[in-house]
Amino acid sequence: MPVFTGTELTCLRGDRLVFTGLDFRIGPGGALVLLGPNGSGKSSLLRVMAGLLKPIRGQLAWDGVPVPEDPDGHRAQVQYVGHLDAVKPVLTAAENLAFWAALAGAADPAANALAALDRLGVPHIAGVPGRYLSAGQKRRLNLARLLAAPAALWLLDEPTVALDRAAIALFEGLIAEHRAEGGMVVLSTHTDIATPGGDELHLDEFAPYGEPYAEDDGAEGGEPDTAPDLAPDTAGERAAP
Amino acid sequence: MSRFLRLVGRDLRLALRQGSDATIAVMFFVLCVVLFPFGVGPEPNILARIAAGVIWVAALLASLLSLERLFQTDYEDGSLELLSLSPLPLEAAVLAKTLAHWLVTGVPLIVAAPLLAVLLNMDAAGFGVLVLTLALGTPILSLIGGIGAALTLGARRGGVLLSLLILPLYIPVLIFGAGAIDAALNGLTPRPHLLLLACILAGALPLAPWAGAAALRQAVE
Repeated sequence: MPVFTGTELTCLRGDRLVFTGLDFRIGPGGALVLLGPNGSGKSSLLRVMAGLLKPIRGQLAWDGVPVPEDPDGHRAQVQYVGHLDAVKPVLTAAENLAFWAALAGAADPAANALAALDRLGVPHIAGVPGRYLSAGQKRRLNLARLLAAPAALWLLDEPTVALDRAAIALFEGLIAEHRAEGGMVVLSTHTDIATPGGDELHLDEFAPYGEPYAEDDGAEGGEPDTAPDLAPDTAGERAAP
Repeated sequence: MSRFLRLVGRDLRLALRQGSDATIAVMFFVLCVVLFPFGVGPEPNILARIAAGVIWVAALLASLLSLERLFQTDYEDGSLELLSLSPLPLEAAVLAKTLAHWLVTGVPLIVAAPLLAVLLNMDAAGFGVLVLTLALGTPILSLIGGIGAALTLGARRGGVLLSLLILPLYIPVLIFGAGAIDAALNGLTPRPHLLLLACILAGALPLAPWAGAAALRQAVE
């Protein structure tokens, strides 16, 4: 199993430097819990790791091979669970899941989908169209994607939002199992998710307090931030010394 | 390839279950053409003269109508992020979604066009060429429109912006599409026009998905 590393990562959103000089390393069976206040860049770091967002400096690598040299290999290793559940209202839960499993290359996506729903404790929603699912059920369906389309590295952005206590316990068990098989997990959370032996990464340690980035050259500036919940914290951080 | 077909299949299934997109485009097309006899008067000669142009302009507008939603729902529910992270190259995903869009909105236009040509008193000599130009032209409309849909993703009032961005790019398709029919009606060969349309299609087929994918990567950042 390979080792996933990031070195000297710097992320820019709009004209705001979110974090800078960030290093991490995850080995087989490892877990990395991202901690920090709202707006400290947990989601941004996960998006950088997934490849959705390009870091303006620094690099990600698998066993020392930079991700840009093998983007296809990177995509095959990663499963990303973001804030949005990607559930189509007119497709049933099983169809939604089978599509993503098939896209990831599963041999029998329909069977994978049913098995994954069963593992998440919601086999009864298989035939229910997405528009009738509750928020918690949609979330479980989204998490079921991790099992239906297996990948070595799970990137989880607040995976337990909308989940009840029992589901969180169930999910902790799935993470432990994934790690026992040599898988890796990076997650951000505001509730406690037990990840025994996992590392913690405090993102506020990498926050560049001070002026917004590069006001003089203005490169990449001007793009409005798409995450409105970041705005108040931005103001707070800029006011801080 | 199977992933590509999976995505086409999913989009077709979504369109058929929602139903609205496909029927709205073709209904708009029919209504738009039907308005002309009311506007310019029911004189057969005038209608026959403008038939080719009217049908083509209506086809442009009808295909534009549903383009806004080509990537919109996937963008809003997070599917687009997952698509861009999947092993299927984003260019192929754009092509698959464009193909599904054409099958759902373009093909019904091709089917409805000869009926509207009868309505406008077009000479029967032009029917074959009309269908042929639409068969070559509507995929171009979907392909070029896909670039615009990707570029305007996340913009407020994206639909209006999309029209302003894309309609000028449709002009060559309109010229050669309507030109081929006019040529056939006047006893000339429509071949040069058809070849030029085919040439645009051959160029748009690899370039449009590439440009669309680049725009989508910006949108999901």
